Amino acid sequence: MTALSLTKVNKSFGKVQVLYDIDLQVDEGEFVVFVGPSGCGKSTLLRVIAGLEDATSGEIFIAGEQVNMTPPAKRGIAMVFQTYALYPHLTVRGNMALALKQEGQPKDVIAARITEASRMLDLDPYLDRRPSELSGGQRQRVAIGRAVVRQPKLFLFDEPLSNLDAALRMNTRIEISDLHRSLGATIIYVTHDQTEAMTLADKIVVLRDGRVEQVGSPMELYNNPANQFVAGFLGAPSMNFLPASTVGGAEGLTLGVRPEDLARDPAGLLEAEVTHVEHLGGDTNVVLRGPVGTDITLRLFGQHEIGFGETLRLGFPPERAFYFDAEGRRVAA
Amino acid sequence: MNKARRNPLNNAAMHAILIAYTCVALFPVFVILINSFKTRKAIFREPLALPDADSFSMIGYQTVMEQGDFFLYFQNSFIVTVASLFFVLVFGAMAAFALSEYRFKGNTLMGLYLALGIMIPIRIGTVAILEMMVATGLVNTLWALILVYTAQGLPLAIFILSEFMRQVSADLKDAGRIDGLTEYTIFFRLVLPLVRPAMATVAVFNMIPIWNDLWFPLILAPAEHTKTLTLGSQVFIGQFVTDWNAVLSALSMAILPVMILYVIFSRQLIRGITSGAVK
Repeated sequence: MTALSLTKVNKSFGKVQVLYDIDLQVDEGEFVVFVGPSGCGKSTLLRVIAGLEDATSGEIFIAGEQVNMTPPAKRGIAMVFQTYALYPHLTVRGNMALALKQEGQPKDVIAARITEASRMLDLDPYLDRRPSELSGGQRQRVAIGRAVVRQPKLFLFDEPLSNLDAALRMNTRIEISDLHRSLGATIIYVTHDQTEAMTLADKIVVLRDGRVEQVGSPMELYNNPANQFVAGFLGAPSMNFLPASTVGGAEGLTLGVRPEDLARDPAGLLEAEVTHVEHLGGDTNVVLRGPVGTDITLRLFGQHEIGFGETLRLGFPPERAFYFDAEGRRVAA
Repeated sequence: MNKARRNPLNNAAMHAILIAYTCVALFPVFVILINSFKTRKAIFREPLALPDADSFSMIGYQTVMEQGDFFLYFQNSFIVTVASLFFVLVFGAMAAFALSEYRFKGNTLMGLYLALGIMIPIRIGTVAILEMMVATGLVNTLWALILVYTAQGLPLAIFILSEFMRQVSADLKDAGRIDGLTEYTIFFRLVLPLVRPAMATVAVFNMIPIWNDLWFPLILAPAEHTKTLTLGSQVFIGQFVTDWNAVLSALSMAILPVMILYVIFSRQLIRGITSGAVK
């Protein structure tokens, strides 16, 4: 069944249009990630789905019902915010109970749901504390718990990890992924971080300047990007772009090769000078100055002794190369 | 302050300056207080001397208690001040919330219009206000004063509060909306507690001019039963003879309630429960 469907959704603030004709289908139980650079409209799209902003035109269906005129509380959604947005005057328990009380749920149902959620998120010791007495990671778990107790048709996450430090971010990412599996919930998740998108999503929606650039599974987008923007946005370190003519390709086209597809190859077509080496232990990233002055990143697995200023010859399997025209559209070689 | 950053010399200088300023600021109050406990002769002979066995006298306070209904004046001042502050804070905060939270046509224009009152003194409109009060039959009622002071306080209140309301996390308000809270609940339960320090600032700024005002009580409510404290004290100041004992005693007593209100609000100034709401 379709959990969410958008048809021709547009949004403008006054004269400024931020979303253009967004069409999207989300199936039940899917984990969908909206990703894009800041200002691409991904948060606005999420807010339109939540009902915090009205769509200027277009239709929004949640679980088959048109919700354009439905207030946020009645859309059957729950949202987790970047800044947690916990109610400062309520305890953890009170924070989780508030929405259920507003819905008019009986007390025993509220208590049971809170017990369930707090067990799932390990919040038991903190139920009677106030948000100010919790650490960042705990606050984010409470915010997730507040969404879970509502048993919504649709979970909306607005950059929930960007206020956490790196270690905690990884843990919380795994927790969210577990939660998705155990609840079988439909989740829409907004982030600007392509790693989060790649690791969490069943389906990634890449947005740029208010338009959908491409929709697909992480591996589809990685292996088969529709254009130069998607190719460059997903994958870290990001894809190398250089004029195709430098390796004997057609004039005017851009060649894209991922750093992990490049290899040292005496018969390779590229020659470049090492300008920077990053030793990460597990892999080694080498930045080189290629022909016509473009930077090329090479990702080698394992540890390598490469000196600054060395000249390397690089090659790549031809089937791993992408070609883009002047407008950034993908073309055959 | 951090111990390592504390330089004893700087510290001493800082305190000396602050203490000196405190003395300067409190000196007139101090003179009023000591002289209110002295005989008339002693006030003029040595205005700066402390009352001793010879010069000590409660005559001023006696006069104040006997002449005129001092407690009624007191009560009037209190009612007018507290009611005006209440309306300024409630309506000011509501307007500020609307201006900072909702996008509607003419939002900026409305904000400017409401802030205009900061630049134009309300006393310019005294004649028109008096005409309006006469027409509505509000002359010589406390409501006349409360309405005027509310109008006088609103512009600055809206100006200050809307700045603070903008700083309240938008996510918090949105979380409330998704959880099904009404806009009124969001305003009263989520936003107001977070801008409490700003509300206290507005209250303190408004309270003192209202309490001390002589102009509007004199024009709008000079009747015996609606006299405020400042107006009531004027009976002791004559064109040719002034009963200084009584004036000083009345002023001394007038300081107390403002001080109590100030203490209440300044506590709120310091207290803030923002921490933990976001980030």
